[in-house]
Amino acid sequence: MIDPWPFINGAYGVSVLFLAVAGWLSFARLRRARRRLAQAEKL
Amino acid sequence: MNEDVLPGVGRLKTGGWLHYLANPARFLRVATPALPWLAAVSLLLCVVGIVWGYAIAPADWEQGDAARIMYVHVPAAWVAMAGYAALAVVSLLSIVWRHPLADIAAEEIGPVGAGFTAVCLVSGSLWGKPMWGAYWVWDARLTSVLILFFLYLGHVALIRAFDNKAHGYRAAAILALAGAVNLPIIVFSVQWWNTLHQGNTISISGGSKIYITMLYPLLISTLGFYLAFITMVVARVSAAIYERKTASALLAVAER
Repeated sequence: MIDPWPFINGAYGVSVLFLAVAGWLSFARLRRARRRLAQAEKL
Repeated sequence: MNEDVLPGVGRLKTGGWLHYLANPARFLRVATPALPWLAAVSLLLCVVGIVWGYAIAPADWEQGDAARIMYVHVPAAWVAMAGYAALAVVSLLSIVWRHPLADIAAEEIGPVGAGFTAVCLVSGSLWGKPMWGAYWVWDARLTSVLILFFLYLGHVALIRAFDNKAHGYRAAAILALAGAVNLPIIVFSVQWWNTLHQGNTISISGGSKIYITMLYPLLISTLGFYLAFITMVVARVSAAIYERKTASALLAVAER
């Protein structure tokens, strides 16, 4: 049988990378949106 | 609105709560304090579920260590389907009641759902190679999930394809509702056709074919993935509301 570990590592790597990047991007967008609204309200 | 006519319990009985929660300002009042807690709990559950599945859970007697891919593949698949069901529900709310929050939610669920579907497809493909000897087969379950991925991508593209946003929301809502027919096809594909993909292992009505030492990490990982999806969507919907408020504020400044 093929050594499954490279495939296991790949599957976990893709999942963890997606969760981390998508989560970070979502919160980065939220922080940016809040900051821009605060700036717009000062005008 | 309804809260004046249907105070207290009446709101719950008549479905007025739906209209009550559809207000963007009220949504922000609930979502802003909830977001840090949602993020913390989803992070904790994802870490516990993933580490447990990767390193602690026992290997399967038949599939060996390759079965560990299940702890990320199955939760991603369930979230992908639940995400599309949520997309169909908000699309219905958009078409029937024209809730502005439903349109925003539809716009923000699409990319996140597509991401979870991609994780499901890639992790499933990486399980297929050592188990079946092929990354991909045109099996009913795999093909119907690939169609789900294309439906998500189509929705993401269509909702942003019109200069008039309202036209995009309407067209994408119709696509989301028509595409919902794919969900029972995905669920029952392993029963309706002879598929290479294994049948359902977990059953809500009892008779699950998985031992408890493997079931616990799977359920924890699943809960973590569900909460991660909810957290991302709530954060994106909140951001979209702030972006609209900023646009209105800048327009008001320009008109002064």
